[in-house]
Amino acid sequence: MAAVARLKVRKPGTGRIIGDKFVGRAIRIYIPLIILLVVTLFPFYWMAVTSFKSASELFDFSVSPLWVRQPTLEWYTHLFTQTNFPRWALNTAVVATVSTLISLFCSVLAGYSLARLRYRGADSIGWGIFVTYLVPPTLLFLPLTFVIRELHLFNNLWALILTYPTFLIPFCTWMLMGFFKGIPRELEEAALVDGATRIQAMVRIAIPLALPGILAAALFAFTLSWNEFLYALIFMNDSLVKTIPVGVTQELIHGDEFFWGELMAAALLGSVPVAVLYSFFVDYFVAGMTAGAVKG
Amino acid sequence: MGTAVRTNAAPAWHRRRVRIYDREAPLGYLLLVPTLLVLGIFLLYPFLFGIWLSLTDSELGNLGNFIGLGNYRFEWSNTDGVFYTAVVNTFLYTGITTVFKLSLGLIMALLLNQAFPFRRFVRAALLLPYIIPTVLSYEAWRWMFDPTFSVVNWLLVNTHLAAYPGPNWLGVPFNAMAALMIVNVWRGTPFYAIAFLAGMQVIPLDLYEAARVDGATRWQQFTNITLPMLRPVLLVVLLLSTILTFADFQGPFVLTNGAPYNSTQLLSIWAYQWGIPGGAISLGAAISLVLFPLLTIVVAGVLFLLRRPE
Repeated sequence: MAAVARLKVRKPGTGRIIGDKFVGRAIRIYIPLIILLVVTLFPFYWMAVTSFKSASELFDFSVSPLWVRQPTLEWYTHLFTQTNFPRWALNTAVVATVSTLISLFCSVLAGYSLARLRYRGADSIGWGIFVTYLVPPTLLFLPLTFVIRELHLFNNLWALILTYPTFLIPFCTWMLMGFFKGIPRELEEAALVDGATRIQAMVRIAIPLALPGILAAALFAFTLSWNEFLYALIFMNDSLVKTIPVGVTQELIHGDEFFWGELMAAALLGSVPVAVLYSFFVDYFVAGMTAGAVKG
Repeated sequence: MGTAVRTNAAPAWHRRRVRIYDREAPLGYLLLVPTLLVLGIFLLYPFLFGIWLSLTDSELGNLGNFIGLGNYRFEWSNTDGVFYTAVVNTFLYTGITTVFKLSLGLIMALLLNQAFPFRRFVRAALLLPYIIPTVLSYEAWRWMFDPTFSVVNWLLVNTHLAAYPGPNWLGVPFNAMAALMIVNVWRGTPFYAIAFLAGMQVIPLDLYEAARVDGATRWQQFTNITLPMLRPVLLVVLLLSTILTFADFQGPFVLTNGAPYNSTQLLSIWAYQWGIPGGAISLGAAISLVLFPLLTIVVAGVLFLLRRPE
C-alpha cells in the first residue's frame, strides 16, 4: 500500500497529486475558480456596462441588461463638464501623494530605529505602534473634528494630509520593521567598523536594501489614502476640496434621484488609478499585505 | 548597567561592538520623533480627548460641562432600543461575515495554491475587491440592489432562483442586513485568501510528501498539516479583520446608512449620525467609545480561540 502511494507521488509543488484526471481537476479547481471569478468581477463589469448606457437604456430591463446596445459617452462628458469631478481627482491625488510621502518619511526612520537599534524601551514602543494600528478611525473622528477646528483646517486639504498618517504610519512602520529585520546585520556592521557613522550605514546600506519594502509600503499607503472616506467626509464640506469618494457619494446623488450612469462612470474612473498601480505592482502588494501576517 | 559589566570583561573587538550599541540610544529615539509626534497629536491626544468628551455635553467648537455618565445613560435608555439594535447588529455583522470570509478565503487560497493556467492573472483579479475604493464599489452594489432595477434580481428571476420581482434588498430589515454582510464578505475575502496563500507557500513541502508516503488522504493533509501551520497567519488576519469589521463605517454608510428604520444600525454609523449631522458630538463620542470595551472582548475572544493548544 505504502509502495503504491509512493509511486504515485509526483514532483512536489506542481499541485498534481494522487488521482489527477482532467475531470477531477475541473470539478476540484476550474469550476470553483470560475464561480469565484464571476462573483468577484461582476460588480466591476456592471459598473462599466452601466456607465456606457444611455438614460433610457439604463432602466430598460425588457431585454438583457447585461449588455450595452447603444454605447454612449454622455455620462463621462457630463462628469467632466458639469461636475467638480476633475477637481476631486486632483485633490485625491495631492492628498494621497503628500500623506504617503510624510508617512514613508516617518515610518522608514521609525521602522529602522525599532528594527535595528538597541535601546531601552524599543520593544514596548514597537508594540505600542502596533496597538495604534488597531485603533480604528471610527473611535477617533469625533474628537479629531475638535483638533482640526482648533488648527483651522476645515475645508483645507492639510486636514487630510495630516490625519491620514495616523493609520498609514503604524501600518508602514510595522511592515518596514519586517523588511529591515531581513537585511543581514553584518552588512551594516562592516560599514561601521570601516568608520561609517550609524546614519551613513542607515542611509547608504539599510535603506537601499529595503527599497522593495519601501515601495510596497508606498503602494499600500497611497491606496489606503486614495480610498479613505470617513475623515474626508467630515473635514471637507466645500465641493472644491472634496476627494473622489466623498464627491461621488455626496454630490452625484440629488435628493432621491440617482444618476446611476454618471455615478458608475465616476466610480470606474476613481478606481482606475489604484487598479493600474495595482496591476503593475501586484507582487509588491501581496508582499506588503502578507509581510505582517506571515512574519507576525 | 549590564552593559558596563560586560564592557569591563569583554575583549577589545567586543568592546568596540558594545560601544557602537551604546551610541545607538540617542539616534534610536531621534528617529522615532516624527512618528511619535504625528501619532501623539492626531491619535493619542484625540483618543484621550474623546474619553473626556464623552463625559461632557459639548457641541462642536463649544466645550460643554462635565455631566459624568449622562451620555452613556442616554444612549442606553432614551433611544428606543436603537443602542441595543446597534450593539447586536455590530456583533452579528462581525461574527457572521468573519465566518464566511474565513472559510471562503481558505477555499480561495487552496484553489490559488494549485497549478493552473493564467494563475497570476486569476490571483490579481480575485484580489480586486480589496484594492478598489470601498465607497465606489459599494455604490455599484447599491445600484445592483436597486429596489426596481436590480440586476441581481433580474439574474435571480431569469435563472428561476426567485419569483418575480425578487427580494427587496435594501428596503426590508432582514434583507438589508443580509445585503450588508454579502457585500462585506465580497470585499473582505480576498484579504484572507492572500494571507492564507502566503502562509501556505511557506509550509515545507516535505511535510506533505512524508504524509503522502504514510498514506494520508488529501483531507488529512489539510487538517493535520495545512491548518496547524496556518495558525500564526490566522491569528494576525483574524485580529486585523475583526477589528476593522467591528468598526466598519464606509461600506454600511453607503449601502444602508442604518435604514430601514434603524434596523441595520451599527455603532459606527450611529455615532456618526448623532455626532455630525445630529450635532451632539459628545453623545457620538460616547457611542463610539462603547466600541472600545466590546472590541477588547472580541480581541480577547480571538486570542482565546487561537491559543496554543497544550
